[in-house]
This record gives sequence, C-alpha cells and structure tokens, in this order.
Amino acid sequence: MTAATVLDVGSPSSTRRRSFWRYWRGNLKGSEFAWALAFSVPYIAVFVAFVAYPVFYGLWMGSDPALYSDVFSDVIYQDTVVNTLVFVALGVNLKLFLALLLSGVFMRPGWWTKVMLMLFVLPWAVPQLPAFISLHWMLNGEWGLLNNALWILGGIEGPSWLNERWTALGAAIASHIWKWTPFWTVILLAGRMSIPQDIYDAAKVDGATGLNRFLFVTFPLLANLYLVLTLLATIFLLGDFNTVFFVTGGGPNNETHLLATLGIRNAFDLARPDLGVAVVMTALPVLIPLVIILMRKLRTAEVQL
Amino acid sequence: MSMRIAVSEPVAVGPRSGSAGRRGRVARRWRYANSAGIAVLYAVMLVWTLTPLYNIVMIALEHEGDVYGNNILPVQPSLDSFWVVFTQGYWYLEHFWHQFGNTVFIAGMVTFLVLLIASMTSFTVGRMRLRNGWLITNAALLTYVIPASFLAIPFYLIMNRYGLANNPWSVIAALVTFATPYAIFIFQEYGRSIPIELDESARIDGASPLHIYLRIYLPLMAPALVAVGTYALLLAWNEYLYQFLLLSDKRNMTVPVALAQFLNSDQAPWNYMMATAIIYALPPLATYYAFRHRMSSGLTMGGVKG
Repeated sequence: MTAATVLDVGSPSSTRRRSFWRYWRGNLKGSEFAWALAFSVPYIAVFVAFVAYPVFYGLWMGSDPALYSDVFSDVIYQDTVVNTLVFVALGVNLKLFLALLLSGVFMRPGWWTKVMLMLFVLPWAVPQLPAFISLHWMLNGEWGLLNNALWILGGIEGPSWLNERWTALGAAIASHIWKWTPFWTVILLAGRMSIPQDIYDAAKVDGATGLNRFLFVTFPLLANLYLVLTLLATIFLLGDFNTVFFVTGGGPNNETHLLATLGIRNAFDLARPDLGVAVVMTALPVLIPLVIILMRKLRTAEVQL
Repeated sequence: MSMRIAVSEPVAVGPRSGSAGRRGRVARRWRYANSAGIAVLYAVMLVWTLTPLYNIVMIALEHEGDVYGNNILPVQPSLDSFWVVFTQGYWYLEHFWHQFGNTVFIAGMVTFLVLLIASMTSFTVGRMRLRNGWLITNAALLTYVIPASFLAIPFYLIMNRYGLANNPWSVIAALVTFATPYAIFIFQEYGRSIPIELDESARIDGASPLHIYLRIYLPLMAPALVAVGTYALLLAWNEYLYQFLLLSDKRNMTVPVALAQFLNSDQAPWNYMMATAIIYALPPLATYYAFRHRMSSGLTMGGVKG
C-alpha cells in the first residue's frame, strides 16, 4: 500500500486514495491499522451476512403493495393488531409498575428478603419453554392445576381459560408478566441501589419520609431509567413469540395471535413467507421511532458515563 | 422511623401518659401492621411465583394416567418419568441424549464465538480507537433493539440459500448474531474502567496489538468475560424460535425443539414431558445461580444505564 502510493505520487486518483486511507487510519500506524481491521472484520462480517442481508431481503420481500391489502383485509390480522395493543398496554405497564414497587420491597434489610429475592427470580432463571408449557397445561380447563385448586379449595368451577378469546389473552399476558417481572425488578433494584444514601439522609432532614420520599426523591432519580426500560420492554414485547405460541398457541380460532406469532404462522403454516414478512412489516411505523428514541437515549447514557 | 421508636418506647406506659406515649403506640402499631403487610405480600408473591414451577414438578412425579385427574398433590409420586427420560424409554425420547449433546454443542460454540468476536470488536473500537468505530457500535446497538423474531423469516430463507438448513451452524450463526451486540456493549462499558495508559506504555515498549489484546486486555476484562459468557450461554440454551425453524431432523434437533414436538401428539405424555423439561432446565438454573451477582452487575452496567 505505502509502496504503491510512493510510486505514483502526483496522479489525482492516488492522492484521493491516500487521503481516503489516511482518513480511515486515523492515528493508527500501518501495522496497527491492519490489526484493527483484522479484529473488526469478524463482527462486520456477521453484521453484513446475518443482519443487513436478512433486513434488506425482508424489506424486498415485503415491498409489494398488493400484499398489504391482503394483510389488512384479513380478520385474523385485525384481531392480532387489537391483541398486540392490549398486550403492550397491559403487559409493559403492569410488569414495570410491579417491578418498580417490588424493587422497593427488596431494598428492605434482612436475610428473609434475600431469600425471597432468590425465589422471586426463579421464573426468569427457568428457560422459557418449560415455563410456558407448564402454564399452558396449568390453565387447561378440565385437568389443569388452576381449576383443580379452585374447585378443591374454593368450590369454584373455573372457566376453560384457553378456549375463549379474552381469558386466553389475559392468560398470555399474565404468563408474560409472571416470566419477565423478575428481570425488570432486578434492573430497577440495581437502579435504586445506585442512588447514594446521602440523598435520602438529606431528604430525611427535610422531613421527606414514606410516600414523599418515594415521590420526590426515588422516582425523579429513577424516571429516566424507567423511561428507557419502558421503551426497551415495548420493543422486546413486540418481538415476543414464545409466550403466545406456547400458552395459547394463537388459539382459539387464531384469535390471540401477536404480530410475531402471526408472521410465523403465515410464513410456515400457510406457506406464504411474503405474507408473514408483510405482517411483521406493519409494526415498522411504530417500531422505527421507538428504536430511534431508544438508541439516542442509550447512546447519551453511554457518553455520560 | 427507627429513631422515633427508640426515643418513644420507654415512655409508652399507659393510655394517659401524654402525646409521646401515644406516638410510641402508634409507631409500634404501624410497625406491626407494616410487617404483617410485608408477610402477606411475601406469601402472595411466593404462591404467584412458585405455582407454575410446582406444576412442572408435580406432573413429572405422576404416572401417565394420573395426569388426567383433578388432584392438586401428586398421586403416588415416583421418579419413573425421570428414569424413562434417562434411558430414552419412550419413542419421542429415543434421541434424547444426542439432542442434549446438540444443545450443549450449540450453547458452547455460541458462548465461545460471542466472547471472541465481541472482545475483538470492542478492543478495536474502545482501545485502538479505530476511526469511525462508532459505526460498528451503532450497528451493534441497532441489532440489539431489533426483535429477533421479526428477522426469522428472511433469515430462514437465506439459510436455505446458503445451504445451511437443518445444520447446527445456522443456529449458531443466528444466536451469535443476536448475542454479540449486547456483549460488545458490556465490554465497551467495562473497558472504560481499564486505564488506556496500560496499552500506551505497552505500545511504546513495542508490543503488537495482538500482544496487548492477549496479555493486557483479556486478563483485565475477565469479570466482564464471565458475565457475558453466562449471558450468551443462557441465551443459546433457552432460545427456541430459530432452533425450531432451522432444525427439523430428529438427529439435529435440540432439546427445546424436541420438547415442543411432544405438544403435537394427541394424548401428550405430560409426565415424560415435564421430566424432560426439568432435566433441560437444571443446567441453566445452576449456571444462573452460580453467576447471578456477576450477571446482574453486567445488566445494570450496559443494558440500561439511566
């Protein structure tokens, strides 16, 4: 490279080429620059082959406008949009609000609380598949543990939860909250622990205790974290496949699908991959702004550190 | 709170002993109510948390016929189902240990590749200060926030085109793709705590970047490597969708895919299924509890700094 540039100094293209390389090289010396390139090639290759290519392939597959009239006229799709909205509104907010409150409970001193925390994180530590299969069977109207317990302990005949749209969707949301609340609780607990004790001491002198302490000290300090978590949880939930796939299976009559499960169903059960991609693509108008806001938030957080 | 109780307690003798006594009683009563409330809350949380897990264990301990019953305690509990799984004594389970091996292989490979690729990338971007390294960081961040399930269909079609369908390496590629961004993120955050002067003095002494990476960077990054390694291992072990789409042959399948296949049969043998589920869930549970503290410090470090 250097030899080549020395040989044809003067020709405009080589000057441009040289400045191009100098620009990319920055303050790295020749061999160091080669090392830097070699070290970053594996990830760049992974990104191009397995992210960029599928993304553009997906965009190309879903680029036919005729697909979308098929998608929007599909009754199952219309139900799915409603389900997704309900799922996001209830799932994200209940989960995070519970996590916010419980993280405060876990700040209490004592070994008893530590034991509780260890048990409480179990749903998160267990792989998704066994957990959701268990919930699916537990909610079975005839033989499931929930209805058996209701009958034996309370004499109540429980409904068959998974055979009716709204109870099935409720079951899926509850399962999602069961599985993921511990994860967000642990994050918010760490957030609370990073608040310096001095602030609380000062607030105590000023008379802030109990609810006031939470409203005027803890929450303002956690607000930004809480917002980032809400965005992240919304994006994660939009992509959630396992909860609905295993707890309700999209049933009854395909009435409890989310966008992710409907996409897979269209692509593989109906053998219409383009229709599956189109379903997923309809989330982009919501997803892209969320991603942009979130990336900005995460990046500024990174700079501040 | 505690101070007020300490001050007022000795004064609380009778109902007419003045405002200090009343305050003491109110404080004590409040404290009792508070701890009773916490006890109730803990009880509710325990029932909520443990019921679905108890359900797995209960069914695994039952005989096949008893699963279809109205009991809430196992009838004639026995470990037979576990024995059937261990000896592959049911036709759905005939390749169980082979499939378990596939899961171990995929999880191990993913962990190794994620650690290798992410540490190399964060080294060039964070330590060697490659110009425009932020492009790589942003690409990683973008991948982190795209839901993996949204890319599944094009990914599946592309893997077919690459000739990698029904090949464990296609799953490894997918999982490495989705685990590496978080790893890069964590490594960069953690790398900031290591003084750059170490690298610079080694550079002046004539060490090549490879030497700095191997001798200085990796040893000092050990805690982050453990945290990210645990994360990648658990992600690969627990993932379902890509394994389900990309592995269809019984010999290539992983445990979760085989487990989900049970659901397709009419009279699913739930007791064998739950025993399989327990055996599948124990390694990640053990890993999780062993590395819990490092994991959660990693989470707060990178995932979500407010």
